[in-house]
Amino acid sequence: MSTTTHPSIPGSIGAAIPRREDRRFITGAGRYVDDIVLPHQAYAVIVRSPHAYAQIRAIATAAALAAPGVLAVFTGHDVAADKVGGIPCGWLVKSKDGSNMVEPPHPMLVKDRVRHVGDQVAVVIAESKAEARAAAQLIEIDYEVLPAVGTLQDATAPGAPAVWAEAPDNVCFDWDLGDKAAVATAMASAYKIIDIEVRQNRVIPNAIEPRAAIGHYDPAGDYYTLYTTSQNPHLIRLLLGAFVLGIPEHRLRVVAPDVGGGFGSKIYHYAEEAIVVWASKKLGRPVKWTAERSESFMSDAHGRDTIMTAQLAVDKDGKFLAFKVHNVANMGAYLSTFAPAIPTYLSATLMAGCYTTPAIYVEVKAVFTHTVPVDAYRGAGRPEAAYLIERIVDKAARELGIDRLAIRRKNFIRPDQFPYKTPVALEYDVGDYEATLALALKAGDYDGYPARRAASQQRGKLRGIGFSTYVEGCGIAPSALVGQLGARAGLYEAATVRVHPTGSVSVFTGTHSHGQGHETTFAQLVSDKLGVPFDHVDIVHGDTDRIPFGMGTYGSRSLSVGGSAIVKAIDKILKKGKTIAAHLLAVSESDLVWSRGEFRVAGTDRRKTIAEVAFAAYVPHNYPIDKIEPGLEESAFYDPLNFTFPAGCHLCEVEVDPDTGVVQVVQMVAADDVGVVLNPMIVDGQLHGGLVQGIGQALYEEAQYDESGQLLTGSYLNYGMPRASDFPFFNVSTHPTACTHNPIGAKGVGEVGAIGCPPAVINAVLDALAPLGVTDISMPATPEKVWRAIASAQAAASTRD
Amino acid sequence: MSRVTLQVNGKQVSVVVEPRTLLVELLRDKLQLTGTHVGCDTSHCGACVVHVGGRSVKSCTMLAVEADGATVTTIEGLAQGGKLHPMQESFHQHHALQCGFCTPGMIMSAIELVETRPHADEHETREWLEGNFCRCTGYHNIVKAILSCRDAMREKSA
Repeated sequence: MSTTTHPSIPGSIGAAIPRREDRRFITGAGRYVDDIVLPHQAYAVIVRSPHAYAQIRAIATAAALAAPGVLAVFTGHDVAADKVGGIPCGWLVKSKDGSNMVEPPHPMLVKDRVRHVGDQVAVVIAESKAEARAAAQLIEIDYEVLPAVGTLQDATAPGAPAVWAEAPDNVCFDWDLGDKAAVATAMASAYKIIDIEVRQNRVIPNAIEPRAAIGHYDPAGDYYTLYTTSQNPHLIRLLLGAFVLGIPEHRLRVVAPDVGGGFGSKIYHYAEEAIVVWASKKLGRPVKWTAERSESFMSDAHGRDTIMTAQLAVDKDGKFLAFKVHNVANMGAYLSTFAPAIPTYLSATLMAGCYTTPAIYVEVKAVFTHTVPVDAYRGAGRPEAAYLIERIVDKAARELGIDRLAIRRKNFIRPDQFPYKTPVALEYDVGDYEATLALALKAGDYDGYPARRAASQQRGKLRGIGFSTYVEGCGIAPSALVGQLGARAGLYEAATVRVHPTGSVSVFTGTHSHGQGHETTFAQLVSDKLGVPFDHVDIVHGDTDRIPFGMGTYGSRSLSVGGSAIVKAIDKILKKGKTIAAHLLAVSESDLVWSRGEFRVAGTDRRKTIAEVAFAAYVPHNYPIDKIEPGLEESAFYDPLNFTFPAGCHLCEVEVDPDTGVVQVVQMVAADDVGVVLNPMIVDGQLHGGLVQGIGQALYEEAQYDESGQLLTGSYLNYGMPRASDFPFFNVSTHPTACTHNPIGAKGVGEVGAIGCPPAVINAVLDALAPLGVTDISMPATPEKVWRAIASAQAAASTRD
Repeated sequence: MSRVTLQVNGKQVSVVVEPRTLLVELLRDKLQLTGTHVGCDTSHCGACVVHVGGRSVKSCTMLAVEADGATVTTIEGLAQGGKLHPMQESFHQHHALQCGFCTPGMIMSAIELVETRPHADEHETREWLEGNFCRCTGYHNIVKAILSCRDAMREKSA
């Protein structure tokens, strides 16, 4: 129930309506997976490998089995005996030579050889979590520790230990995109080549709700239920049912109730989901597993972790002629659900940025390491592209002595050039990059910057300003295309709209809301399109038994793809409704106009509301039964024609303390084109959150492994989680150009903050440090790194003197 | 086993727990007050903040037996007679929550701030939230909501 009432709408699109889902969360009535207690529920604790790479010589479980409260202990041997399938990967990438990527097995419980710290080896199930935890301590595992590779550099070094025998050089695939010859030709005659190497620091998603899962097998109906912290319950049903446990869809229900944030990490099918379902059947009791945070650090898929080298060919005026990228991307020890697609189809394809660079060539070498799998994290491939491009553009400006904004403007794709086909396989439908740049400069009072810089200097601080003008791709589609590119799923979305007999509406969406506010935004959309009051619309998501189908929420697709499916279903409702209304009003359909929730006979005051039409549909006493069936419920599947392309300009100002190296973000401006905005309050909130994850990556966060593959940043004691005191208030605004190929005009807002922001922050840091001679710094720009950069620049300067 | 008797959200409760039981486990598992969340195992995230004797406490750092005789308020006990606490209302109006998981701890923490430091400014508010992590909102609207509630409560008491 909403705490605020709003006038009945149409016209609610664009209104900053406070969220209706808030009520349950602010009163403690949210229902997350760990809040659910099923009768006779037992508790699972996973025993995980403490080693990055080791052979399991023996596992002794007798003591654990004899411990108080213990119901069962299972190991990889039990999994193998039951012929349980492996955790599948959802995307096949082929190497340049046409060969398939190396796709190693990913067992639910490892029997022979563990391959990262946190790899799951056994599960202990007991009457209580405390008993399971205590018994887990009693399991003795004899490991033969093997030499491991903990980092990308180590994995690609000659003679490095191989994570998988089938990939002796640790290369999963070696892929490319673009015109290599055209790039070589352009490079050969270029005025100047700008070189750069950038590192995408590895980050840990850290949704505040740890992952959790409850498996429940009901032998009476031979029916399985999984409650899980997922962004896409139907996808989990498909992967778990079809690939791991062999359960047909009609016997498997997956429920993702309230989910406490995802940021990508809850897209994937994880072993624990399969373990609890499998164990529930073996035990005849529901089995719950809830991650402790230390488990999240070592078992949630991590993000980023790439090393890119690139060359940008320019003419003397700063026009970009060609761009060449070599990207080495960490996959971790196993291939997570979408991992192979991230550095390739979600990153290499964005290497044109918002510029007219005519020739581009990208190579991606994906590499196995003895680390947790790496997969999509907020932005998923596009932050990597935006960071590389916006860093090298700044470097080009400095090396050519051209203003950083002027060089961007010189190379922008202009509004009259859309639709614009890039040299890396995408066609941008629409955009106005100059508009968002101008908006950012105005919002950030760029004219006042010199005075602010002088004021900082007075206080002994180095001030810098940095920009990023980025474009990204959301709502990856169409299915036929992604299928050609290796996706093992379609990327459409489904919706059912049920108009009840008295005119209230239930909408069933295959997307999932875990903070995005769909229950509010989608209701605004439906209220507007159907002309029913906002409070008469209910949005249902997160349960495969209630929702016909769906692909879930990731890649900022929910509104542009899921919302469009809802609109398509509403179109069908209105088509049928018109037939009903024409019958009731005894006119022909062509005499009717649809306006603000009513079918009106043109030029008269005769009308039927959607509620009257719905009543007639369910009580069809006077009804065109010869033409249509009773009832008013329609489903639609929407498969987009193209990606959407949000874009914008982020402007960051930092102050650096030269004595300590501490970087403080003092102004963060985001001016974004996310397409048509349904609820600006929610859009602003998405931007704020993205910005903090972007600044977090730029300044604070890094998952570090040592050379033996130990995770050094395994808790909040040593992982740099952004805190409230790290930030100022943000300055966010939007300038929409409507997406041309979906019925809403929306592009997507979930990830832009995290995509546009990191290069703006680092460019600002480098701008602040430029007077000292610092020309490069890697993320995260921690105080130590900044201090060392300053010290070494000063040492170099004094040597020159 | 130990018997713990305490007042939770205005009701006297008495339960038998293992001595190792944490206050948060007592609340969630014994009393089914699942609004208080567990987000970490190192007492950093603050999703478990409740009030004990009117002060905000991370209920994952306190044994249930230590709360014997105490007065505990959880997120479920804030709204009175269906009327939200001003901090709850302010979080709603300012879109200070997204996934909602950190929200109960944030609200409980924020209430102690405005009650004990009614003149806390933005800086002090941000510092106060050191022990409350949010991964969704960027803290922007949380700080706004707290400052707005502070102003409203100050006006009311003036």
